[in-house]
Amino acid sequence: MTTHTTSTDMNTAADTPSPTGRLVGIPAPAARALATAGGALSLVSCFLAWTWTDAFPGDLTVYGYPGGLQWLVLVLGALTALFGLASYQVKGLRWLTPAGADPAIRLAALGAFVTAWYTVLAISLTLGGVVNLEPGGFVVAAATLIALLGALALPFERPKADPADPEDSGWDQFKHNAGQKWAVVKAAFATGPLAPAPKLPGYAEILLITAALAVGLGIFTYGIGTEYDELFIGFLVSAGFGFAALAKAGLIPRLGALTARHSNITTCAAFVAAAAFPFTQTNDRFANIGVNILIFATVALGLNIVVGLAGLLDLGYVAFLGVGAYAAALVSGSPSSPTGLHLPFWAAIIVGAIASMIFGVLIGAPTLRLRGDYLAIVTLGFGEIFRITVMNTDGTSGPDITNGSNGITSIPDLKILGFDLGAPHEIFGFTIGRFANYFFLMLLVTAVVVLVFRRSGNSRIGRAWVAIREDETAALAMGINGFRVKLVAFALGATLAGLAGAVQAHVTFVVTPEQYMFANSVPPNSAFLLAAVVMGGMGTIAGPLLGAALLYLIPTKLQFMGDYQLFAFGVALILIMRLRPEGIIADRRRKLEFHEDAEAPTVLGKTGA
Amino acid sequence: MTTDTTTQQGETVLDARGVTMRFGGLTAVKNVDLHVNSGEIVGLIGPNGAGKTTFFNCLTGLYVPTEGEVRYKGTVLPPKSFKVTAAGIARTFQNIRLFSNMTVLENVLVGRHTRTKEGLWSALLRGPGFKKAEKESEARAMELLEFVGLAHKRDHLSRNLPYGEQRKLEIARALASEPGLLLLDEPTAGMNPQETRVTEELVFAIRDMGIAVLVIEHDMRFIFNLCDRVAVLVQGEKLVEGDSATVQSDERVVAAYLGEPYEDTATAADSDAPSSPAPQAQDEDQAAAEPGKENDR
Repeated sequence: MTTHTTSTDMNTAADTPSPTGRLVGIPAPAARALATAGGALSLVSCFLAWTWTDAFPGDLTVYGYPGGLQWLVLVLGALTALFGLASYQVKGLRWLTPAGADPAIRLAALGAFVTAWYTVLAISLTLGGVVNLEPGGFVVAAATLIALLGALALPFERPKADPADPEDSGWDQFKHNAGQKWAVVKAAFATGPLAPAPKLPGYAEILLITAALAVGLGIFTYGIGTEYDELFIGFLVSAGFGFAALAKAGLIPRLGALTARHSNITTCAAFVAAAAFPFTQTNDRFANIGVNILIFATVALGLNIVVGLAGLLDLGYVAFLGVGAYAAALVSGSPSSPTGLHLPFWAAIIVGAIASMIFGVLIGAPTLRLRGDYLAIVTLGFGEIFRITVMNTDGTSGPDITNGSNGITSIPDLKILGFDLGAPHEIFGFTIGRFANYFFLMLLVTAVVVLVFRRSGNSRIGRAWVAIREDETAALAMGINGFRVKLVAFALGATLAGLAGAVQAHVTFVVTPEQYMFANSVPPNSAFLLAAVVMGGMGTIAGPLLGAALLYLIPTKLQFMGDYQLFAFGVALILIMRLRPEGIIADRRRKLEFHEDAEAPTVLGKTGA
Repeated sequence: MTTDTTTQQGETVLDARGVTMRFGGLTAVKNVDLHVNSGEIVGLIGPNGAGKTTFFNCLTGLYVPTEGEVRYKGTVLPPKSFKVTAAGIARTFQNIRLFSNMTVLENVLVGRHTRTKEGLWSALLRGPGFKKAEKESEARAMELLEFVGLAHKRDHLSRNLPYGEQRKLEIARALASEPGLLLLDEPTAGMNPQETRVTEELVFAIRDMGIAVLVIEHDMRFIFNLCDRVAVLVQGEKLVEGDSATVQSDERVVAAYLGEPYEDTATAADSDAPSSPAPQAQDEDQAAAEPGKENDR
């Protein structure tokens, strides 16, 4: 998105030879005023009607009350205006931009522009013509355009021009010039140095963290609850630009520093925020999405131990989820389970975890003698072997264990201490439905996995994993029993997946072999798990959780993409790897690894892993 | 060092006998005997491709020698490099092999791996034992960083250290495993004379801690300043062994390095003052006498 919209401005950028560059030729004071006023105007215009009919979803016809996509433009417009005011050094707003306002203004204005124009175009296209726009629609289009022009005209420090070698061939000159222009655009969005943080009392910092988490929960809940495709796309665009703007303003890094200082409190507060999620929902449908995201995210976090910490590329990881799910399903008392056992939940989840662990050791023991690509291929093979074995142990082509491709069906709901997770309950006047019950149960499992990840990562064995990942020969020479340590990582990852699988079997009522493929359009599969880890950020806790949430939500919400889903997924993966190879949430270690020259600090705090 | 890995002066720490390493038809190391006594700094020199590093790898378990055996304090070394480290031989690498994306402190803590026992369960449960062990490890690691002069950089990523400091960190990491013998593979490669001097001091300090040192190096001044004994490896075979004067005055060594003298104009071996090759004989005696079965931990 960014590249596309800015590419039109590159020509203008190249024409202005001033040392302080600007992407659009407007004097700086006027530009700043334009950007701020444009932001404010787009905010106001969200209270106007944009179209005359409510045929376009979200009802944008009401004066005085924003609806649907208008809210998104409103937020981004407000951000633009606030950053603009902060750049005037308005008292009371300066805390908003500890790393300089201008790049933040540019991104916020760009976000508002993209969202508003997307809405206006969507209205015109769905309803058939620009005719369907009310004046408010034109106002918002003009306002966001003005804000964007103003923002792009803000001066920035232009990188030194390096003229192309005239002896080069035409293509080389073109490449060189394109690179120069790209460098200029990058400079326009570069972050300034972070101003030193003001001293805050401890409780204020915790309050700030709480507030940030509440905002995060609000955004997430909004995203899950988006009712139609346009709104979800608008949400993704605005969330992306809004996040980028806040990051450029320096608020995200500052918040990161706060959370690093109070990591325990942040973790607890994040779980409280997550537990509050079912209370914000009136419809169990979204709780269902929530619990599926949690399952996916938990398994991704387990995989992160194997891939992110120990550096073992495991392409068959979903098999461990499957082992856990099947083991729990076999002892769940399901009528199609050949064992006929009905164990209580605590026993079932232990059976699931232990079965996965045994499977992990059995697979790990022969395969972990391999390194790198060979390990990846062999694990891929074992993952498929699991699925095919399960498919064939149906009583005709093999022993009757798993019921073949029909899977184990009608797994009964759990009852824990007399609490029936299958039935809705009233808690504090809120109705907590079936999926919300499982959401809470899954949240506990997630908490366990997060705890295991944190504690194991920051210990002797965690350091040994990282050492093996960094340089196996040197690690061996330091006295680390490489095979054993890797096997522990592998088995631990498998066990955690087994825990999640035991819950998953009960959430989905049924386990079938098709749920555990290498690549599939439904998220918990090996390819998506790995993508969630890599995109989210290897070696971090928040990364795989966020990556999993995005990778689950986007296909669920954008049903219209249908067959192009995997294609879009591939494109997104390439873009992320190109633009932000350390993942959305960077492990500080990884950040240093990929951006050697950049502003990255050379000192790593103690809370490194 | 405070541990039982240290021994009295004069006891044989490392005893390699008839070590031969063949890769297919190529014999990289041929029937090499070498012993290192405690409190001794032994140098291993030889032209490029002489098999020095291969011999090192045989000593540290990265390669299993085709023939011959290596004993550390009387026990035959296991063929796995991590077990060798656990037994008490630590090494550095010719091309620095730090864990580049770990901090300086973490690198040294990894070196402590064999001397700590906390497994996964204690990491998960975080009992008092775990915390105590972590604290002790950190204290020990900081001591070592202090020793090599890197304490102020504990939270830097090791990749961001200047070259000389990376070498020092590698030594600190090796020392963290509380070895009785330290193998240094070209510790001053790429260093300027000043840094070489500092490294020299460092090696002496390590020796004074009671750790025997075996060092490969091309810097002859460094080697002859440092080593009590020098062995010369040429084309996989040990040519000479003795104190610096003996080695320097040996024509075969000069020939190996510079080629056969064309006429009788010896190029080297005249710079340093000759000294008596007496203390060598005593070494030979000790190698013959089987050292007592002093089993390490």
